Amino acid sequence: MNRRGFLKHASLAGAAAIATPAVAEPQSPAARGAAPATPIMSAAAETATPPEAEILTTDRTGSDFMVDVLKAIGLDYICANPGSSFRGIHESVINYGGNERPELITCCHEESSVAMGHGYAKVEGKPLGVFAHGTVGLQHAAMAIYNAWCDRVPVYVMLGNQLDATLRRPGAEWAHSVQDAAAMVRDFTKWDDTPMSLPHFAESALRAYKIAMTPPMAPVVLVLNAELQEQPLGTDVRLAIPKLAIPAPPEGDSRAVAEVARLLVAAEHPVIVADRYARTPAAMAHLVELAETLQAGVISLGGRLNFPTRHPLNVSQARAIADADLILALEVNDLWGVVNTFRDQLHRSSRPLTRPGTKVISITSGDLYLKANYQDFQRFAEVDLALAADAEATLPSLVDAVKRTATADRRRVFESRGAKLAEATSAALDRARLEASYAWDASPVSTARLCAELWGQIRNEDWALVNGTAGWAPRLWSFDKPYQFIGGSGGAGVGYGAPAAVGAALAHKRHGRLAVNIQTDGDLMYAPGVLWTAAHHRIPLLSVMHNNRAYHQELMHVQKMCNRHSRGVDRGRIGSELVDPFIDYAKVAQGLGLHAEGPITDPKDVGPAIARAVATVKRGEPALVDVVCQPR
Amino acid sequence: MTLTVAVHTQSPSPAQPAAAAPPGDAERGKALFVKNGCYQCHNYEGHGGAAGARIAPNPLPFRAFVAYVRAPRGDMPPYTATVMAEQDLADVYAYLRSRPRPADVSRIPLLAR
Repeated sequence: MNRRGFLKHASLAGAAAIATPAVAEPQSPAARGAAPATPIMSAAAETATPPEAEILTTDRTGSDFMVDVLKAIGLDYICANPGSSFRGIHESVINYGGNERPELITCCHEESSVAMGHGYAKVEGKPLGVFAHGTVGLQHAAMAIYNAWCDRVPVYVMLGNQLDATLRRPGAEWAHSVQDAAAMVRDFTKWDDTPMSLPHFAESALRAYKIAMTPPMAPVVLVLNAELQEQPLGTDVRLAIPKLAIPAPPEGDSRAVAEVARLLVAAEHPVIVADRYARTPAAMAHLVELAETLQAGVISLGGRLNFPTRHPLNVSQARAIADADLILALEVNDLWGVVNTFRDQLHRSSRPLTRPGTKVISITSGDLYLKANYQDFQRFAEVDLALAADAEATLPSLVDAVKRTATADRRRVFESRGAKLAEATSAALDRARLEASYAWDASPVSTARLCAELWGQIRNEDWALVNGTAGWAPRLWSFDKPYQFIGGSGGAGVGYGAPAAVGAALAHKRHGRLAVNIQTDGDLMYAPGVLWTAAHHRIPLLSVMHNNRAYHQELMHVQKMCNRHSRGVDRGRIGSELVDPFIDYAKVAQGLGLHAEGPITDPKDVGPAIARAVATVKRGEPALVDVVCQPR
Repeated sequence: MTLTVAVHTQSPSPAQPAAAAPPGDAERGKALFVKNGCYQCHNYEGHGGAAGARIAPNPLPFRAFVAYVRAPRGDMPPYTATVMAEQDLADVYAYLRSRPRPADVSRIPLLAR
């Protein structure tokens, strides 16, 4: 008897009904009504005597082969809440696959599963897998998938579903089934498929991985039909896994690259702006080489860690755009926002930041792929030269072209320019130190003091900031290794921070790095259960809270409306503050299995508490320090 | 959050004659500073942050301060006299001027280069 027959037998046995023939006649409504909805695992089903010769077990299933494919792809982890629609592959991962590569990571919210994958991929350079129900799980996961889409990060999402309506268990399995599971996220995923056979699964699984890993990277979705997972496979069935070759990222056209080099060398005040430029650890070195060859200033917008923060050519803290006669934008999503300023008053307005005649060059894989519905692509930017290419892949040839083009005369100009920029960046650091000294002893703790205290505890470790900056980390800390920062959420979907930090820490764990998370309070309240995931899986992560007891960004928006309407500001906090009662994040974290301290309001107590937490993290466990901070 | 943090601080202004500002009650000003949400961008000490300029302990001269609050040039929300009367602004101004100056930065080891 095949599994279809087994299921039909089992459910009918629960109703003490006569066994239905394998090829059933269409049932009348009355006949359907005669078979009450009985869960397959009911006591009656458990105790009923199975028909003679009924086969109830199998040594090999479709989901075993799926695990073979996932191993071939190289997924190291699967993040998931358990869900019955993927129970087959869940069991295959932990038993058939030995729960190693991939290893199952127990999550408490599907949004956390995806956001963990988001953070993990930005450190490790490849996706992990996520299992979720095709319905309720994906609905939870959707915002995190959108964040990854906006941030151009690959996440490999696999959804359980039961397509065959005649095989669904009555009750919840119907509510957990859907005609087109991936439809809900198709506007913000790069590709999806619903394989109908195991060979189809193998091909689509590899295709999905290739597509996710080709710039512009993005999440992909595979729908795993429950029948396909649970179907018995004979030991003699041979299924092939196709070869996997990840496409080389698209490099800029050679003539266009030569023209970019010519313009850069000729410019008097070139500025390089980098956002989601750095995909791999090699990217920073390429950008440093380009900047140093030209002695050009670099603005790193923070989508990734593109350039060392203390490099003499880092002009991120200066107003370099206004002085530029040439702007080279590397994977900048909002280029319009770089070259214009926007004023959010009763009548919204904007004006250019650049001077007339400034040339703008763009190199981005974003020009290769765009969708219509969601508007994360930002306003149309006027550029003089656009290369539809991956910026990191293009930079080595651009550096070579610049070196070939630069004459001795131009190099002397470059040196003079670089000396001035170095003076300016040194002065900017001094200004930052001075500004940080204001309200140094204030309570609540200033965000500058928070970052300075944290820096004091980690600067001699092999650290990596995996979430948050409190505004001050890039101004006060020296980031000089490519893995030391991974940018933000991409879509500004709140709730990214904590799970992305745990996912990134999971990736850093194998490298022995101290993962540091500057955790905002509102973000943590979306899905704090991810702290338990960190504790359960012994994921070392230092979380220091920037706790301003509000959804503060939104609070400022509401206040703006209060001011605009002159109806008083004192009620503007309603709906945005997290007070009365204050949330005790240390107790929350302790309850989830973490070493935790706080709330700390005296700045003198911050450093010692962080030191104790660092000691815990260095033992391989997560820890949290709750610091009550100034708003911003 | 980006790695580019635009913190536009006011240049330290020259010594401002106290007579330029009407008398203000710093304690009342502190309460108004919170009640009217000034702290949301400028923080409780007026020391500025990611969203607003540092405005303490040396704010603009009082008349310029009032003019800016009533009709900001940037993104700051405007405060009409209905929301904050002139005396309210004078009290806030007194509060800002009462904020302590920071210690010499060279004496703060955590801020060493």
